[in-house]
Amino acid sequence: MPLSPAGTAVFQGAARILSGLLEARTGQILSEGRAWRMETALRPVLRVHGLQTIDDLAAQLLRKQDPRLDEDVVNALLNNESSFFRDLQIFDMIHRQILPRIQEERGERTLRIWSAGCSTGQEAYSLAIRLCNDAERWQGWRIEILATDISTAAIEQARSGIFSQMDVQRGLAVGDLIKWFEPHGEDWRANSVLRRMIDFRRDNLFDARAPSGEYDLLLCRNVLLYFTPARRGDVLQLLARHSHAGSVLLLGAGETVIGQGDDFLPHPDFRGGYAPKALASDRAGRPVRRAG
Amino acid sequence: MKNCLVVDDSKVIRKVARHILESLDLTVSEAVDGQDALTQCEASPPDVVLLDWNMPVMSGMEFLQALSSAKVAARPKIIFCTTENGISHIKAAVEAGADEYVMKPFDRETLESKLAIVGVI
Repeated sequence: MPLSPAGTAVFQGAARILSGLLEARTGQILSEGRAWRMETALRPVLRVHGLQTIDDLAAQLLRKQDPRLDEDVVNALLNNESSFFRDLQIFDMIHRQILPRIQEERGERTLRIWSAGCSTGQEAYSLAIRLCNDAERWQGWRIEILATDISTAAIEQARSGIFSQMDVQRGLAVGDLIKWFEPHGEDWRANSVLRRMIDFRRDNLFDARAPSGEYDLLLCRNVLLYFTPARRGDVLQLLARHSHAGSVLLLGAGETVIGQGDDFLPHPDFRGGYAPKALASDRAGRPVRRAG
Repeated sequence: MKNCLVVDDSKVIRKVARHILESLDLTVSEAVDGQDALTQCEASPPDVVLLDWNMPVMSGMEFLQALSSAKVAARPKIIFCTTENGISHIKAAVEAGADEYVMKPFDRETLESKLAIVGVI
């Protein structure tokens, strides 16, 4: 399929239109790395919509005749890379340190988790698996896991619980595969117990509508890096609005709250975790008990 | 450095696995079937065995059974690595003592995550 050569004036014009659409719809900026793979990512969109080149695509977007085209372009440009138990040590810390602390401090037997920017759902399923494997500890608890992502395609896949053989091999222990997944043709599907535990919703991180109230554990990993610094501050403000004094925020390994506003500070007890400012500044390793 | 014994009758698979494992800072030894692997484990047990299922002389499952009664100083972690991708095979391997299971084809990320799960890296 003939595509405009990257670097030409025409292609750069089209790229500006496409990156403008992505930013307007998601707040994400098209980094140099992602711009580089734009052509590859958009090939299926060109094919489905009967277009020949990236420039044809840009022109069609400007005509604004097909809202589905906008959606398909945005879905194609978003990075939906994810894997089960990505950064295994983070999940070990959640399981061994963070959740026991939350459980100890909670006044009511409700655990609320928000996986913000959940992509195709592996992070939320990983959390659900750990909680199910520790069912005795959580007996009598109401567990709510909200998982949101801007990509309709990613959320649809997450909600289906269907993952390829390659997906389930990346990070998922064979014992968990046998216990919590079922063969689904050539693929594997999370069983109904896991699927029922997670509320997958399409939502953005600016005027988010899916989250309600406060969450004990918030994960927003490898999401901020796609936003401008100003937008990162907005996202952290949103996360802070849905936090309480004992909440824990986890970001991606290369992400930080430092220099992104003052809503969160490094958590005094959990390495790599962040606490709402009120907690982090008041606390010197002392547990804070809050009424449920 | 930790050592991985790659057991597969396919020279190509052994070569691909070696390339990936060495890039993960493991030393690699090779065996062409289960009997060869058992001999090597008795002489000097590796930290982990990447084990094919179907092989001449001694299969992966026969190797697992033989290993349980063999005089091995320290039992290595066992990761099955096979084209037998059905759930019945996976369950059978786990029941026989496999610590992990890799379905071919595999890539670097898959092997890396499985090695992390069994605690080798």
